[in-house]
Amino acid sequence: MKLTAPLAALGRAVLALVAAIGRVSIFTANTLSHIVRGPFYVRELLGSIIQIGYFSLPVVGLTAFFTGGALALQIFAGGARFNAEAVVPQIVAIGMVRELGPVLVGLMIAARVTSSVAAEIATMKVTEQIDALVTLSTNPTKYLTVPRVVAATLVMPILVGVGDIIGVFGGYLVSTQRLGFNASAYLQNTVDFLEFTDISSSLLKGAVFGFIAALMGCYYGMNSARGAQGVGQATKAAVVAAAVLILAANFVLTEVFFSA
Amino acid sequence: MITLDNIHKSFGNNHVLRGVNLHVDRGESMVIIGGSGTGKSITIKSVLGLVKHDSGSITVDGQDIDTGDRDAFLARFGMLFQGGALFDSLSVWQNVAFRLLRGSLKRPKDEARDIAIEKLRRVGLTADVADRFPSELSGGMQKRVGLARAIATNPEIIFFDEPTTGLDPIMSGVINDLIREIVVEMGATAVTITHDMTSVRAIADKVAMLHNGVIQWSGPVSELDATDDPFVRQFITGSADGPIEAIR
Ligand SMILES: Nc1ncnc2c1ncn2[C@@H]1O[C@H](COP(=O)(O)OP(=O)(O)O)[C@@H](O)[C@H]1O
Ligand SMILES: [Mg+2]
Repeated sequence: MKLTAPLAALGRAVLALVAAIGRVSIFTANTLSHIVRGPFYVRELLGSIIQIGYFSLPVVGLTAFFTGGALALQIFAGGARFNAEAVVPQIVAIGMVRELGPVLVGLMIAARVTSSVAAEIATMKVTEQIDALVTLSTNPTKYLTVPRVVAATLVMPILVGVGDIIGVFGGYLVSTQRLGFNASAYLQNTVDFLEFTDISSSLLKGAVFGFIAALMGCYYGMNSARGAQGVGQATKAAVVAAAVLILAANFVLTEVFFSA
Repeated sequence: MITLDNIHKSFGNNHVLRGVNLHVDRGESMVIIGGSGTGKSITIKSVLGLVKHDSGSITVDGQDIDTGDRDAFLARFGMLFQGGALFDSLSVWQNVAFRLLRGSLKRPKDEARDIAIEKLRRVGLTADVADRFPSELSGGMQKRVGLARAIATNPEIIFFDEPTTGLDPIMSGVINDLIREIVVEMGATAVTITHDMTSVRAIADKVAMLHNGVIQWSGPVSELDATDDPFVRQFITGSADGPIEAIR
């Protein structure tokens, strides 16, 4: 083996990464350019809103509820080590709204929406339905990508808002039922403690994560290789990319909002 | 009307088309034959711009396919895809009327539905399939729906990609006859891909054989049986012996 072999491998990996970033950027720019130009497929948009938004409510609610409850237990136990059990409402509120709400809802959407979008579009690609769209004078970006991306970007703040509320409620329920907190004092503490930026950053994160989740599903679906294997590969790659990008974007947004 | 001049197309190291020359006249029914994987689908997809050819030129009525208004260009074509390519989220009539429900050819919904039902009837399907979904139909019915969709806007040029593959011989015969009738009554220019010799004889005015990335032979269907071209002979007799390697 030549001494330069590891360097060559590293170089190839870097080149592949740069090429991938380039392709995703072009796809993103193309999608954005179609969002602002008609024709618009309103029916497809409404369908996507129902699919992505409404049908995600149960999984979002359950995720947030259990997380909020567990968070309250942990903070109570941890706080007890230095007699700070009373901070449970505040930390649950901050933890849920600023971080766990958007991130967990984002990851659940990556699991639920990115996977189904990628599999659906990849299947359309391998069964020539995308080609058929083009021959029927319909732009696949406008007809398939734009409605999904716009719908996810619009409904995710709502889903995150719902997740935040249910998560706080989960903490409230555990705190009042199991940890002996006073119900009205708990709520008062929560409301007093949260600031506007806590909530607005949470919802904005939701919008960004929704955009990423739907975009990755469409990107990998549209670029699927042929055959059933191609569809499986595209779906897996889409979910992984969406999850990683959501976590990376979360870090960047947290940095922007909260690093004093 | 359609002219392909020295078309090349590669996927990585796979040099699929190596200089395809083909001419289809207006109102003519051209059938392209050739083994599977020889690039027949790629050839017609490159005419529609679904696949970008690497070099060479493709013109329709003398105009290069990469110039001019793309919507107007595509509106002249109908295509039946190999697997049907029906949209499984839409009902049968919405598939057939797809072009009539959106874009430049948009009509009121009732009118679009009436046209769809008329086209379904033309391909031998009754109105009661209109509200069913493609996944509920048999393979032969799906092909017919695909056919109805391809002709829904009375296009000037129709492409049929393996219209009878996967169908039983009787259904194949029905589809072949339908294609022939429709092409004749619409006065359309048709290009059909097939490796079914029955289809060739039912549909073709002219035949072109694609092999090794080039058109090995082309001529009127009447000369097909008389030709001594070894590739064509081997293909129409279905023999394992000959210049075409049986294992690809
Ligand atoms: N999108 C693609 N990516 C890579 N290879 C392809 C693609 N489409 C077709 N090919 C290859 O090109 C060749 C011709 O394909 P095609 O035109 O579909 O053949 P057929 O004559 O059976 O219609 C095949 O070897 C196929 O593997
Ligand atoms: Mg083919």
